[in-house]
Amino acid sequence: MGFLDHLELPVLPSDKTGEGNIIVTSLDTLFDWSRLSSLWQMSFGLACCAIEMMSTSASHYDIMRFGVIPRPSPRQSDVIIISGTVTLKMATRIKMLYEQMADPKYVISMGNCSNCGGPYWEYGYHVLKGVDRVIPVDVYVPGCPPRPEALLEGLMKLQEKIRSQNHDDADDADSQD
Amino acid sequence: MSHSEIIEKLRTAFGDKLGAWRESNSENAYQRRMGSYLEIAEPSAIRDLAFFLRDEPTLAFDSLLLISSLDNGDGSLSVIYHLESTKHAHQLILKATLPAEVPSVPSVTSIWLHANWQEREAWDMMGIRFEGHPDHRRILLDDDYPGHPLRKDFKEPDFYHGMKVPY
Repeated sequence: MGFLDHLELPVLPSDKTGEGNIIVTSLDTLFDWSRLSSLWQMSFGLACCAIEMMSTSASHYDIMRFGVIPRPSPRQSDVIIISGTVTLKMATRIKMLYEQMADPKYVISMGNCSNCGGPYWEYGYHVLKGVDRVIPVDVYVPGCPPRPEALLEGLMKLQEKIRSQNHDDADDADSQD
Repeated sequence: MSHSEIIEKLRTAFGDKLGAWRESNSENAYQRRMGSYLEIAEPSAIRDLAFFLRDEPTLAFDSLLLISSLDNGDGSLSVIYHLESTKHAHQLILKATLPAEVPSVPSVTSIWLHANWQEREAWDMMGIRFEGHPDHRRILLDDDYPGHPLRKDFKEPDFYHGMKVPY
């Protein structure tokens, strides 16, 4: 059971009838572990933050060691990194791309523009003041633009979130309750 | 050719259709050059004027450097044409002022092709119509964006496609 020890599974209950629950819990943990270890990223960039995102993907910072591989299609992607200024024109397209992604899907908002409008917050007639007005965001990475280290930290925060997500929640789609 | 020679040549050809020559008296040579312009009293004559400026051999303004637009804040808009002759190395700035209710000038895209996108930008940002433009669409904003955002009286929409716009 060396592999399951690595997953830090909950302590097994001692009663013999509780085995069904044990199987469900460990599968969820296994799925979470595989999800956070292969977060395929949608190949998608918006503005100057996308340059930092690209350098995070390149050999120096090598985001692929976290299992992040850029995919050319939203159907194959698990995470969308909103890297740059979300204009009103692009916001409708981003929403469509997000809806085309298969569940479970995650969103990293990278940079001040996509967090809250950034420098365009007051006079940006063409800028959406935060991508969370159209799609739900899991992790916000501040910076203008954030350094690759900051994006990697945001990614690790997302992995932490996936690892610690509670499958007993009533809003979980798989919940039987 | 000096500015006074260019203006004199234009005046003999177009007369009253041209307005005053506004000479900047800045001490900075660059500001003096960029701030001096010839007003156009009759904006509908721009097309003929542009043909003359390009095709007259002594003028030969073969390059349109820039079209910019301006909201003067008093109910009028301006279109500013920066011209250069690569042959004679002289420059000229023209300025046409239009009423904001019906801002319309003839397009110069058929004379200088560079005007195509710049006129579309002036339409997008300032709402100036360029009659005879081959592709008169917005260039940056979405086709259904309400209004022209660089106008002084522009009000940001509260919602756009269901998305809240103000901060």
